[in-house]
Amino acid sequence: MSTADTEPAYRKGIGYQAILLGGFAALAAALLILGNNSTHEAIASRQAEDLLDSLSQVLPDAIHDNNLLNNAILIEDENGNPLTIYRAMKNQKFTGAAYQVTGHGYGGDIEILLGINPQGELIGVRVLSHAETPGLGDRIEIEKDNWITGFSGRSLKNTPKTAWHVKKDGGQIDQFSGATITPRAVTKAVYEGLIFFRKHRDELVVMTDNGDT
Amino acid sequence: MSTNYLSIARDGLWNNNIVFSQSLALCPTLAVTGTATNGLGMGMATTVVMIFTGLVVALFRGIISPEVRIPVFVLIIATIVTLVDMGMNAWTHDLHKVLGLFIPLIVTNCAILGRAESYASKHATLPAVVDGLMMGLGFTLALVMLGATRELLGSGTLFANAELLLGQRLAFMEVTLIPDYRGFLIAILPPGGFLLLGFLLAGKRMLDKQLEARKNLSEPAGVTAPEAI
Repeated sequence: MSTADTEPAYRKGIGYQAILLGGFAALAAALLILGNNSTHEAIASRQAEDLLDSLSQVLPDAIHDNNLLNNAILIEDENGNPLTIYRAMKNQKFTGAAYQVTGHGYGGDIEILLGINPQGELIGVRVLSHAETPGLGDRIEIEKDNWITGFSGRSLKNTPKTAWHVKKDGGQIDQFSGATITPRAVTKAVYEGLIFFRKHRDELVVMTDNGDT
Repeated sequence: MSTNYLSIARDGLWNNNIVFSQSLALCPTLAVTGTATNGLGMGMATTVVMIFTGLVVALFRGIISPEVRIPVFVLIIATIVTLVDMGMNAWTHDLHKVLGLFIPLIVTNCAILGRAESYASKHATLPAVVDGLMMGLGFTLALVMLGATRELLGSGTLFANAELLLGQRLAFMEVTLIPDYRGFLIAILPPGGFLLLGFLLAGKRMLDKQLEARKNLSEPAGVTAPEAI
Protein backbone atom coordinates (compact mmCIF):
# COMPACT_ATOMS: atom_id res chain seq x y z
CA MET A 1 0.00 0.00 0.00
CA SER A 2 1.41 3.35 -1.02
CA THR A 3 -0.44 5.28 1.68
CA ALA A 4 1.63 3.58 4.38
CA ASP A 5 4.86 5.01 2.97
CA THR A 6 3.66 8.59 2.85
CA GLU A 7 1.92 8.47 6.20
CA PRO A 8 3.26 11.00 8.72
CA ALA A 9 4.95 9.46 11.74
CA TYR A 10 2.55 10.95 14.31
CA ARG A 11 -0.28 8.89 12.87
CA LYS A 12 1.47 5.71 13.92
CA GLY A 13 1.24 6.73 17.57
CA ILE A 14 -1.42 5.24 19.77
CA GLY A 15 -2.53 8.71 20.89
CA TYR A 16 -3.55 9.76 17.40
CA GLN A 17 -5.46 6.54 16.86
CA ALA A 18 -7.23 6.81 20.19
CA ILE A 19 -8.29 10.37 19.45
CA LEU A 20 -9.42 9.38 15.95
CA LEU A 21 -11.54 6.51 17.20
CA GLY A 22 -12.90 8.58 20.09
CA GLY A 23 -13.69 11.45 17.76
CA PHE A 24 -15.65 9.22 15.43
CA ALA A 25 -17.50 7.66 18.35
CA ALA A 26 -18.46 11.12 19.64
CA LEU A 27 -19.56 12.19 16.17
CA ALA A 28 -21.64 9.03 15.77
CA ALA A 29 -23.27 9.58 19.16
CA ALA A 30 -24.12 13.19 18.30
CA LEU A 31 -25.69 12.16 14.99
CA LEU A 32 -27.73 9.41 16.62
CA ILE A 33 -29.05 11.80 19.28
CA LEU A 34 -30.09 14.22 16.55
CA GLY A 35 -31.72 11.42 14.56
CA ASN A 36 -33.54 10.07 17.58
CA ASN A 37 -34.83 13.50 18.56
CA SER A 38 -36.24 14.17 15.13
CA THR A 39 -37.92 10.77 14.70
CA HIS A 40 -39.03 9.50 18.09
CA GLU A 41 -42.30 11.42 18.14
CA ALA A 42 -43.29 10.20 14.70
CA ILE A 43 -42.31 6.63 15.59
CA ALA A 44 -44.29 6.70 18.85
CA SER A 45 -47.41 8.00 17.15
CA ARG A 46 -47.09 5.41 14.32
CA GLN A 47 -46.85 2.65 16.93
CA ALA A 48 -49.86 3.98 18.83
CA GLU A 49 -51.79 4.06 15.54
CA ASP A 50 -50.83 0.45 14.87
CA LEU A 51 -52.01 -0.59 18.30
CA LEU A 52 -55.31 1.28 18.01
CA ASP A 53 -55.76 -0.20 14.56
CA SER A 54 -55.54 -3.78 15.80
CA LEU A 55 -57.54 -2.98 18.96
CA SER A 56 -60.39 -1.57 16.89
CA GLN A 57 -60.67 -4.92 15.09
CA VAL A 58 -61.42 -6.76 18.33
CA LEU A 59 -63.19 -3.92 20.19
CA PRO A 60 -65.38 -2.17 17.60
CA ASP A 61 -65.79 1.59 17.94
CA ALA A 62 -69.55 1.13 18.53
CA ILE A 63 -69.09 -0.43 21.97
CA HIS A 64 -66.88 2.20 23.56
CA ASP A 65 -66.55 5.96 23.90
CA ASN A 66 -63.24 6.06 25.74
CA ASN A 67 -59.70 6.19 24.44
CA LEU A 68 -58.57 2.57 24.71
CA LEU A 69 -54.94 3.53 25.23
CA ASN A 70 -55.80 5.68 28.27
CA ASN A 71 -57.77 2.99 30.07
CA ALA A 72 -55.23 0.21 30.09
CA ILE A 73 -54.35 -1.62 33.30
CA LEU A 74 -51.74 -4.19 34.21
CA ILE A 75 -52.73 -7.56 35.70
CA GLU A 76 -50.30 -10.33 36.47
CA ASP A 77 -50.91 -13.55 34.57
CA GLU A 78 -50.34 -17.01 36.06
CA ASN A 79 -46.63 -16.80 35.29
CA GLY A 80 -46.33 -13.53 37.17
CA ASN A 81 -45.76 -11.45 34.05
CA PRO A 82 -47.71 -8.21 33.83
CA LEU A 83 -50.27 -8.28 31.03
CA THR A 84 -51.67 -5.06 29.64
CA ILE A 85 -55.46 -5.12 29.46
CA TYR A 86 -57.15 -2.52 27.27
CA ARG A 87 -60.64 -1.75 28.53
CA ALA A 88 -63.55 -0.53 26.50
CA MET A 89 -66.11 1.62 28.32
CA LYS A 90 -69.34 3.25 27.29
CA ASN A 91 -71.13 5.70 29.62
CA GLN A 92 -68.70 4.68 32.39
CA LYS A 93 -69.79 1.03 32.06
CA PHE A 94 -67.36 -1.78 31.27
CA THR A 95 -68.18 -3.07 27.79
CA GLY A 96 -65.19 -5.20 26.87
CA ALA A 97 -61.52 -5.97 27.31
CA ALA A 98 -58.71 -6.73 24.91
CA TYR A 99 -55.35 -8.29 25.63
CA GLN A 100 -52.62 -10.27 24.04
CA VAL A 101 -52.03 -14.01 24.44
CA THR A 102 -49.23 -16.11 23.03
CA GLY A 103 -49.56 -19.45 21.26
CA HIS A 104 -46.67 -21.75 20.50
CA GLY A 105 -46.93 -22.58 16.83
CA TYR A 106 -44.88 -24.50 14.32
CA GLY A 107 -42.47 -21.67 13.59
CA GLY A 108 -42.35 -19.95 16.96
CA ASP A 109 -44.59 -17.76 19.05
CA ILE A 110 -47.92 -16.59 17.69
CA GLU A 111 -49.06 -13.29 19.19
CA ILE A 112 -52.84 -13.16 19.36
CA LEU A 113 -55.11 -10.28 20.36
CA LEU A 114 -58.43 -11.18 22.01
CA GLY A 115 -61.46 -8.96 22.42
CA ILE A 116 -63.95 -10.17 25.04
CA ASN A 117 -67.30 -8.71 26.16
CA PRO A 118 -68.42 -8.60 29.83
CA GLN A 119 -70.33 -11.89 29.39
CA GLY A 120 -67.08 -13.63 28.51
CA GLU A 121 -67.89 -14.04 24.81
CA LEU A 122 -65.20 -13.40 22.23
CA ILE A 123 -65.91 -10.28 20.19
CA GLY A 124 -62.97 -10.86 17.89
CA VAL A 125 -59.62 -12.60 17.64
CA ARG A 126 -56.71 -11.40 15.50
CA VAL A 127 -53.17 -12.64 14.98
CA LEU A 128 -50.68 -9.82 15.45
CA SER A 129 -47.51 -11.63 14.49
CA HIS A 130 -46.35 -15.14 13.78
CA ALA A 131 -43.64 -17.08 11.98
CA GLU A 132 -45.77 -19.90 10.54
CA THR A 133 -45.17 -21.43 7.12
CA PRO A 134 -46.26 -19.07 4.32
CA GLY A 135 -49.08 -20.58 2.30
CA LEU A 136 -50.00 -23.13 4.97
CA GLY A 137 -50.01 -21.82 8.52
CA ASP A 138 -50.41 -18.18 7.59
CA ARG A 139 -54.13 -18.67 6.98
CA ILE A 140 -54.56 -17.64 10.61
CA GLU A 141 -54.10 -14.06 9.33
CA ILE A 142 -57.32 -12.24 8.57
CA GLU A 143 -55.76 -10.99 5.30
CA LYS A 144 -55.34 -14.55 4.02
CA ASP A 145 -58.39 -16.38 5.32
CA ASN A 146 -61.41 -15.72 7.54
CA TRP A 147 -60.73 -18.80 9.66
CA ILE A 148 -59.91 -16.65 12.68
CA THR A 149 -63.41 -15.12 12.67
CA GLY A 150 -64.77 -18.56 13.60
CA PHE A 151 -63.89 -17.76 17.21
CA SER A 152 -66.23 -14.75 17.38
CA GLY A 153 -69.17 -15.38 19.70
CA ARG A 154 -67.60 -18.38 21.38
CA SER A 155 -67.25 -18.45 25.16
CA LEU A 156 -66.46 -20.94 27.88
CA LYS A 157 -70.22 -21.31 28.42
CA ASN A 158 -71.38 -22.02 24.88
CA THR A 159 -68.34 -24.13 23.97
CA PRO A 160 -67.53 -26.79 26.56
CA LYS A 161 -63.95 -27.56 27.56
CA THR A 162 -63.82 -30.72 25.43
CA ALA A 163 -64.88 -28.77 22.35
CA TRP A 164 -61.96 -26.33 22.57
CA HIS A 165 -59.89 -28.41 20.17
CA VAL A 166 -59.59 -28.64 16.41
CA LYS A 167 -61.98 -31.16 14.84
CA LYS A 168 -59.15 -33.61 14.22
CA ASP A 169 -58.64 -33.78 18.00
CA GLY A 170 -62.35 -34.21 18.66
CA GLY A 171 -63.25 -30.56 19.19
CA GLN A 172 -65.47 -28.05 17.43
CA ILE A 173 -62.87 -25.71 15.95
CA ASP A 174 -62.29 -25.93 12.20
CA GLN A 175 -58.83 -26.77 11.00
CA PHE A 176 -57.30 -26.23 7.60
CA SER A 177 -55.56 -28.73 5.40
CA GLY A 178 -51.80 -28.87 5.45
CA ALA A 179 -51.34 -27.33 8.88
CA THR A 180 -52.48 -28.87 12.15
CA ILE A 181 -50.04 -27.47 14.67
CA THR A 182 -50.89 -23.86 13.87
CA PRO A 183 -54.70 -23.94 14.41
CA ARG A 184 -54.15 -26.17 17.45
CA ALA A 185 -51.78 -23.59 18.96
CA VAL A 186 -54.15 -20.70 18.29
CA THR A 187 -57.11 -22.62 19.75
CA LYS A 188 -55.19 -23.45 22.92
CA ALA A 189 -54.03 -19.87 23.37
CA VAL A 190 -57.53 -18.47 22.88
CA TYR A 191 -58.94 -20.99 25.37
CA GLU A 192 -56.34 -20.05 27.96
CA GLY A 193 -57.10 -16.40 27.29
CA LEU A 194 -60.75 -17.01 28.15
CA ILE A 195 -59.79 -18.81 31.37
CA PHE A 196 -57.71 -15.77 32.28
CA PHE A 197 -60.71 -13.52 31.67
CA ARG A 198 -62.97 -15.68 33.86
CA LYS A 199 -60.42 -15.46 36.66
CA HIS A 200 -60.00 -11.70 36.49
CA ARG A 201 -63.39 -10.56 35.22
CA ASP A 202 -64.51 -9.15 38.56
CA GLU A 203 -61.35 -7.09 38.95
CA LEU A 204 -61.86 -5.55 35.51
CA VAL A 205 -65.52 -4.72 36.04
CA VAL A 206 -65.06 -3.34 39.53
CA MET A 207 -62.03 -1.29 38.67
CA THR A 208 -63.84 0.19 35.71
CA ASP A 209 -67.10 0.96 37.45
CA ASN A 210 -65.29 2.74 40.27
CA GLY A 211 -64.06 5.13 37.66
CA ASP A 212 -60.55 3.97 38.39
CA THR A 213 -58.38 4.60 35.38
CA MET B 1 -5.78 9.06 -12.86
CA SER B 2 -9.02 9.92 -14.53
CA THR B 3 -12.14 8.26 -13.27
CA ASN B 4 -14.13 6.16 -15.64
CA TYR B 5 -17.69 6.40 -14.35
CA LEU B 6 -18.94 4.08 -17.07
CA SER B 7 -16.73 1.28 -15.83
CA ILE B 8 -17.78 1.96 -12.22
CA ALA B 9 -21.39 1.57 -13.35
CA ARG B 10 -20.66 -1.56 -15.34
CA ASP B 11 -18.77 -3.08 -12.40
CA GLY B 12 -21.48 -2.29 -9.88
CA LEU B 13 -24.43 -3.39 -11.97
CA TRP B 14 -23.03 -6.44 -13.68
CA ASN B 15 -19.33 -7.35 -13.91
CA ASN B 16 -18.65 -7.13 -10.19
CA ASN B 17 -22.23 -7.36 -8.91
CA ILE B 18 -22.28 -7.88 -5.13
CA VAL B 19 -24.54 -10.91 -5.24
CA PHE B 20 -24.02 -12.40 -8.67
CA SER B 21 -20.24 -11.98 -8.94
CA GLN B 22 -18.83 -11.37 -5.48
CA SER B 23 -21.37 -13.73 -3.84
CA LEU B 24 -21.42 -11.43 -0.83
CA ALA B 25 -24.35 -10.33 1.32
CA LEU B 26 -26.20 -13.58 0.77
CA CYS B 27 -27.83 -13.46 4.22
CA PRO B 28 -29.99 -10.39 3.52
CA THR B 29 -30.41 -11.55 -0.07
CA LEU B 30 -31.99 -14.84 0.89
CA ALA B 31 -33.82 -13.57 3.95
CA VAL B 32 -35.93 -10.83 2.40
CA THR B 33 -36.58 -11.97 -1.15
CA GLY B 34 -39.90 -13.71 -0.57
CA THR B 35 -41.46 -11.03 -2.75
CA ALA B 36 -40.09 -8.57 -5.30
CA THR B 37 -41.34 -5.65 -3.22
CA ASN B 38 -39.38 -6.72 -0.16
CA GLY B 39 -36.29 -7.16 -2.32
CA LEU B 40 -36.75 -3.68 -3.75
CA GLY B 41 -37.20 -2.14 -0.30
CA MET B 42 -34.14 -3.86 1.13
CA GLY B 43 -32.13 -2.95 -1.96
CA MET B 44 -33.10 0.70 -1.71
CA ALA B 45 -32.28 0.89 2.00
CA THR B 46 -28.91 -0.76 1.36
CA THR B 47 -28.22 1.61 -1.56
CA VAL B 48 -28.81 4.65 0.67
CA VAL B 49 -26.44 3.20 3.27
CA MET B 50 -23.78 2.46 0.64
CA ILE B 51 -23.95 5.97 -0.86
CA PHE B 52 -23.55 7.67 2.51
CA THR B 53 -20.87 5.23 3.65
CA GLY B 54 -18.94 5.92 0.44
CA LEU B 55 -19.32 9.66 0.96
CA VAL B 56 -18.25 9.71 4.61
CA VAL B 57 -15.38 7.24 4.21
CA ALA B 58 -14.02 9.08 1.18
CA LEU B 59 -14.29 12.44 2.95
CA PHE B 60 -12.29 11.23 5.93
CA ARG B 61 -9.92 8.94 4.05
CA GLY B 62 -7.07 11.41 4.59
CA ILE B 63 -7.15 11.24 8.37
CA ILE B 64 -8.13 7.62 9.03
CA SER B 65 -4.97 5.70 9.82
CA PRO B 66 -4.77 2.14 8.48
CA GLU B 67 -4.40 0.63 11.96
CA VAL B 68 -7.85 1.68 13.15
CA ARG B 69 -9.66 1.92 9.84
CA ILE B 70 -11.87 -1.16 10.32
CA PRO B 71 -13.44 -0.03 13.64
CA VAL B 72 -13.93 3.45 12.21
CA PHE B 73 -15.65 2.06 9.09
CA VAL B 74 -17.87 -0.17 11.21
CA LEU B 75 -18.79 2.81 13.39
CA ILE B 76 -19.67 4.91 10.34
CA ILE B 77 -21.75 2.13 8.79
CA ALA B 78 -23.56 1.37 12.06
CA THR B 79 -24.43 5.04 12.55
CA ILE B 80 -25.81 5.40 9.04
CA VAL B 81 -27.81 2.17 9.30
CA THR B 82 -29.33 3.26 12.60
CA LEU B 83 -30.30 6.62 11.11
CA VAL B 84 -31.90 4.89 8.10
CA ASP B 85 -33.71 2.52 10.46
CA MET B 86 -35.15 5.37 12.51
CA GLY B 87 -36.08 7.33 9.40
CA MET B 88 -37.90 4.39 7.83
CA ASN B 89 -39.71 3.63 11.08
CA ALA B 90 -40.95 7.20 11.25
CA TRP B 91 -41.77 7.90 7.61
CA THR B 92 -42.36 4.60 5.81
CA HIS B 93 -43.80 2.75 8.75
CA ASP B 94 -45.69 0.03 6.88
CA LEU B 95 -42.62 -0.99 4.97
CA HIS B 96 -40.64 -0.88 8.17
CA LYS B 97 -43.05 -3.42 9.64
CA VAL B 98 -42.13 -5.79 6.81
CA LEU B 99 -38.40 -5.10 6.64
CA GLY B 100 -37.84 -3.90 10.19
CA LEU B 101 -36.17 -7.08 11.30
CA PHE B 102 -33.64 -6.92 8.48
CA ILE B 103 -32.65 -3.24 8.51
CA PRO B 104 -30.30 -3.52 11.51
CA LEU B 105 -28.72 -6.47 9.73
CA ILE B 106 -27.46 -4.12 6.99
CA VAL B 107 -24.66 -3.38 9.46
CA THR B 108 -23.43 -6.91 9.04
CA ASN B 109 -23.64 -6.71 5.25
CA CYS B 110 -20.01 -7.41 4.47
CA ALA B 111 -20.38 -5.89 1.03
CA ILE B 112 -20.67 -2.41 2.53
CA LEU B 113 -17.52 -2.77 4.60
CA GLY B 114 -15.91 -4.36 1.55
CA ARG B 115 -16.63 -1.34 -0.66
CA ALA B 116 -15.55 1.09 2.07
CA GLU B 117 -12.28 -0.79 2.42
CA SER B 118 -11.50 -1.55 -1.21
CA TYR B 119 -12.91 1.50 -2.96
CA ALA B 120 -14.09 4.48 -0.93
CA SER B 121 -10.99 4.66 1.29
CA LYS B 122 -8.76 4.98 -1.79
CA HIS B 123 -10.75 7.28 -4.06
CA ALA B 124 -12.10 10.81 -4.15
CA THR B 125 -15.57 11.64 -2.86
CA LEU B 126 -17.49 11.70 -6.12
CA PRO B 127 -16.25 8.38 -7.51
CA ALA B 128 -16.84 6.81 -4.07
CA VAL B 129 -20.44 8.04 -4.04
CA VAL B 130 -21.00 6.82 -7.60
CA ASP B 131 -19.47 3.47 -6.69
CA GLY B 132 -21.77 3.19 -3.67
CA LEU B 133 -24.78 4.07 -5.83
CA MET B 134 -23.88 1.59 -8.56
CA MET B 135 -23.02 -1.24 -6.17
CA GLY B 136 -26.28 -0.53 -4.34
CA LEU B 137 -28.27 -0.54 -7.57
CA GLY B 138 -26.61 -3.78 -8.61
CA PHE B 139 -27.55 -5.27 -5.25
CA THR B 140 -31.12 -4.00 -5.67
CA LEU B 141 -31.25 -5.52 -9.16
CA ALA B 142 -30.15 -8.89 -7.79
CA LEU B 143 -32.69 -8.74 -4.94
CA VAL B 144 -35.56 -7.75 -7.23
CA MET B 145 -34.68 -10.48 -9.74
CA LEU B 146 -34.51 -13.15 -7.05
CA GLY B 147 -37.60 -11.77 -5.28
CA ALA B 148 -39.61 -11.63 -8.50
CA THR B 149 -38.67 -15.19 -9.45
CA ARG B 150 -39.55 -16.55 -6.03
CA GLU B 151 -42.78 -14.57 -5.80
CA LEU B 152 -43.87 -15.60 -9.28
CA LEU B 153 -43.24 -19.28 -8.64
CA GLY B 154 -44.46 -19.25 -5.07
CA SER B 155 -47.60 -17.15 -5.19
CA GLY B 156 -48.19 -16.19 -8.83
CA THR B 157 -47.98 -12.45 -8.18
CA LEU B 158 -45.44 -9.73 -8.85
CA PHE B 159 -44.72 -6.75 -6.61
CA ALA B 160 -47.50 -7.62 -4.15
CA ASN B 161 -47.97 -4.83 -1.58
CA ALA B 162 -45.93 -2.44 -3.71
CA GLU B 163 -48.14 0.43 -2.56
CA LEU B 164 -46.70 0.11 0.96
CA LEU B 165 -43.29 0.89 -0.46
CA LEU B 166 -43.97 3.26 -3.31
CA GLY B 167 -47.30 4.89 -2.49
CA GLN B 168 -50.72 4.55 -4.09
CA ARG B 169 -49.63 6.00 -7.44
CA LEU B 170 -47.50 2.97 -8.17
CA ALA B 171 -50.03 0.41 -6.98
CA PHE B 172 -50.51 -0.58 -10.63
CA MET B 173 -47.19 -2.42 -10.41
CA GLU B 174 -48.94 -5.13 -8.47
CA VAL B 175 -49.86 -7.87 -10.88
CA THR B 176 -51.53 -11.16 -10.24
CA LEU B 177 -50.21 -13.14 -13.16
CA ILE B 178 -51.83 -16.43 -12.35
CA PRO B 179 -55.18 -16.07 -10.57
CA ASP B 180 -56.11 -18.86 -8.17
CA TYR B 181 -52.58 -20.18 -8.37
CA ARG B 182 -52.02 -22.73 -5.65
CA GLY B 183 -48.35 -21.87 -5.36
CA PHE B 184 -45.08 -23.70 -5.65
CA LEU B 185 -44.47 -23.26 -1.96
CA ILE B 186 -40.80 -24.18 -1.80
CA ALA B 187 -39.92 -21.07 -3.82
CA ILE B 188 -40.95 -18.84 -0.91
CA LEU B 189 -39.34 -21.02 1.74
CA PRO B 190 -35.62 -20.68 2.53
CA PRO B 191 -34.51 -23.79 0.57
CA GLY B 192 -36.19 -22.38 -2.53
CA GLY B 193 -34.22 -19.18 -2.06
CA PHE B 194 -30.95 -21.13 -2.18
CA LEU B 195 -32.08 -23.17 -5.19
CA LEU B 196 -33.22 -20.18 -7.22
CA LEU B 197 -30.14 -18.16 -6.31
CA GLY B 198 -28.09 -21.05 -7.65
CA PHE B 199 -30.03 -21.03 -10.90
CA LEU B 200 -29.64 -17.27 -11.26
CA LEU B 201 -25.87 -17.48 -10.63
CA ALA B 202 -25.57 -20.24 -13.19
CA GLY B 203 -27.65 -18.23 -15.64
CA LYS B 204 -25.38 -15.21 -15.27
CA ARG B 205 -22.27 -17.36 -15.82
CA MET B 206 -23.76 -18.79 -19.00
CA LEU B 207 -24.70 -15.36 -20.29
CA ASP B 208 -21.23 -14.00 -19.54
CA LYS B 209 -19.63 -16.92 -21.31
CA GLN B 210 -21.74 -16.43 -24.40
CA LEU B 211 -21.01 -12.71 -24.46
CA GLU B 212 -17.31 -13.43 -24.20
CA ALA B 213 -17.43 -16.01 -26.97
CA ARG B 214 -19.16 -13.51 -29.23
CA LYS B 215 -16.58 -10.85 -28.33
CA ASN B 216 -13.72 -13.21 -29.14
CA LEU B 217 -15.26 -13.94 -32.52
CA SER B 218 -15.56 -10.30 -33.51
CA GLU B 219 -12.09 -9.22 -32.43
CA PRO B 220 -8.82 -11.09 -31.97
CA ALA B 221 -8.27 -12.44 -28.48
CA GLY B 222 -6.00 -10.66 -26.03
CA VAL B 223 -6.40 -7.14 -27.40
CA THR B 224 -8.72 -5.88 -24.69
CA ALA B 225 -8.07 -7.89 -21.59
CA PRO B 226 -10.81 -7.04 -19.09
CA GLU B 227 -9.56 -5.56 -15.90
CA ALA B 228 -9.03 -8.34 -13.39
CA ILE B 229 -10.75 -7.93 -10.06
